[in-house]
Amino acid sequence: MLDTIFFYVFALLTIGGAIATITRRSAMHSALSLIVSLLGVAGLYLLQKAEFLFAVQIVLYIGGIMVLFLFVIMLVNLDQAAKERQFNRQWLLGLVASVLVGAQMVWMLNSAGVLSLPAAVPAPAATGPGNIEALADLLFREYLLPFEVASLLLLVAIVGSVMMAKKTS
Amino acid sequence: MNQFYTPTDHFSLLPALLLALFGCAILMLDFFVLPHPRQKRWLIFFALLGEFFAGLALYRQYRFLEDQSIPALRAFSDGLIIDGFSIFFNAIFVAAAVLVAIISYRYLEVEGEHHGEFYGLILLAQCGMYFLASGTELVTIFIGIELMAVTFYILVGFLRSDRRSNEAAMKYLLLGAFSSGFLAYGFSLLYAITGSTRLPKIAAELAQRPATDPLLLLAIVTTLVGLLFKVGAAPFHMWAPDAYEGAPTPVTAYLSVASKAASVAVLVRLFLGTLAPHRINWEPMLAVAVVLSLTIGNFSALSQTNLKRLLAFSSISHAGYILLGLIAGNRTGLTGICIYLFVYTFMNTGAFLVLISLRQKGMTGDDIDDLNGLIHRSPGHALLMALFLLSLGGIPPTAGFIAKYYIFLSLVETGHYALAITAALFVAVSIYYYFRIVRAMFLNEAGQLLPALPGWGARVGFAVTALATLAIGLYPEPIIRFAGTSLLR
Amino acid sequence: MPPIPLPTAVPLTYYLILSAILFALGVAGFLFRKSLITVFMSIELMLNAVNLTFVTFSYQHKQVDGHLFTFFVMVVAAAEAAVGLAIILTVFKNRGTLAVDEIDSLKL
Repeated sequence: MLDTIFFYVFALLTIGGAIATITRRSAMHSALSLIVSLLGVAGLYLLQKAEFLFAVQIVLYIGGIMVLFLFVIMLVNLDQAAKERQFNRQWLLGLVASVLVGAQMVWMLNSAGVLSLPAAVPAPAATGPGNIEALADLLFREYLLPFEVASLLLLVAIVGSVMMAKKTS
Repeated sequence: MNQFYTPTDHFSLLPALLLALFGCAILMLDFFVLPHPRQKRWLIFFALLGEFFAGLALYRQYRFLEDQSIPALRAFSDGLIIDGFSIFFNAIFVAAAVLVAIISYRYLEVEGEHHGEFYGLILLAQCGMYFLASGTELVTIFIGIELMAVTFYILVGFLRSDRRSNEAAMKYLLLGAFSSGFLAYGFSLLYAITGSTRLPKIAAELAQRPATDPLLLLAIVTTLVGLLFKVGAAPFHMWAPDAYEGAPTPVTAYLSVASKAASVAVLVRLFLGTLAPHRINWEPMLAVAVVLSLTIGNFSALSQTNLKRLLAFSSISHAGYILLGLIAGNRTGLTGICIYLFVYTFMNTGAFLVLISLRQKGMTGDDIDDLNGLIHRSPGHALLMALFLLSLGGIPPTAGFIAKYYIFLSLVETGHYALAITAALFVAVSIYYYFRIVRAMFLNEAGQLLPALPGWGARVGFAVTALATLAIGLYPEPIIRFAGTSLLR
Repeated sequence: MPPIPLPTAVPLTYYLILSAILFALGVAGFLFRKSLITVFMSIELMLNAVNLTFVTFSYQHKQVDGHLFTFFVMVVAAAEAAVGLAIILTVFKNRGTLAVDEIDSLKL
């Protein structure tokens, strides 16, 4: 029962935040709404026993990525932009396309249901109250390769953003 | 399970490891050892050294498979596979990266943006491609695609003070990230259906699923959308003309050959390997994408005046031809895809190389008018350009003909006559716009334009690309044999 | 080691539909917003929808593989955001606007 209530609260945060993100005039408001939406998603993670991701969502997404967004919004002064037209010229086409995408996906997921999914495979290691140990175990065994490649990705991102943003000599 | 990193893992990872090592070394050298702009050219040699070692490691893998006469070597608990297919595609990436490294030098000098990071990023992008050609696990493939894509966003925007370059990078990044969202969604559904991220296991699970499963259909649609974006096939091609036009020309060449080849490698592995039992679901979608790519690519190219945009639209149509091999899906089709991409690497890089040689202070060399009377100014360049264009059009005796021949043969073999006829008609359209360029070079008045100024890098680049385009056209047996070893087994 | 109990009264399909709606909202924002920054935020919405799907299915399968994929998607989102925002800054420096349809040095 409590779970159901929490689900609806977080779902409301997620969807409400998302709608506000894509409709608010000011970029700053959009970013703040996005944070609300991300918090809702974090809550949903918690409901599904993904404690590690809950923490990462808050630390990395909200604490890292969104702060970056806010920095950029403050760096480029968007005050006058808030008074301009907010939607580009093909907004109707975009709306129709995305409603179609959404309806299609909801229909397919609904008709597939979870029923047609295969029976759950026994978990390799789901220990105790948290899943961080299981995650770490998997990360450094089965997913060692993508983990290392991800470090290259971050290196490229650092080099690239420094190069892009530094002053031209 | 007991050992984290076995010798097999190491052996199968070695080329990527070397690329990453040299990529990072170049970044360090650039910063600490060779800080002056005049010294940056030495970094090319480090890049080439890295490519040499990576090529050597690839060759060792090839020898190993031959000597042991095993079809494939699996490593990282089914996360990575070394087979003829991965080695063939990695050979394409090495060729593309070497060509781009040697032809960029003068272009970047003229643009005043000669930074050492360029060479490091080229190697790191290639490292990402390695995981696309060899990865058999969704997380690895996803991270590989992103490593490649993020590097390309930076490379496309490399000319920081040039508005067009910035905007090209912006558009490419937004659409690329958008497509990554679709791809990731598709991967999440594949994981949902099968409970695994490893392709062999996914394939085993999927083989037992009914083709009408809506979840599977949704997974196929979203994955296909994501990958067609990366390949640059219509109707998801809108980033290509802008990114191609705005990017520095060497990067355009790299983007059009290597990034396309890497994405095709993933498409082949996923759709001819893992999703092969569900062909009935994806074949019609792919056929629509092919026909759209051919139509949009060829007809839009007709009206372009900017050569880079023209080649961008032509590359969209080439993506269409390559995907035709995927629709045929038999041995000939796969050989056709491999040969096409291999040949395309040389002929397309060659065509861009002509544009690079024309780039001088005060002349971009990007418009068709810039080629007017090129035969009088620099006859060598005009002849080379004609050769590359003939090959792109698929006219014998050039390599492009062999590539198209195999694609068409595979279509006929599998009874896709309607598609074969459509594609053949579009070859005629493409010849029209390629000849527009040839006419400008040979028949139009020269005007006041300067002759081309090739540097040493461009000379070597021309020699390699022209030789490959001609040699493969006249004597295709070795490459056909090499492509034959690359079949998925 | 006890298996994770399947507790909720909320069917998993609800999570999936929620994530589909979130994804569609992201697509909508991408297609019809004008400011580059907001377009970029819409992409973050899409990636979050993907993550939610992964976590839900991971829960369904009683595995943590999906969690790991989510983790990697977050890393990718961070990398894309860093590079993307740096590029946005250069665009702004050179042009002084972030409106998608006014950035037209390249014809559409």
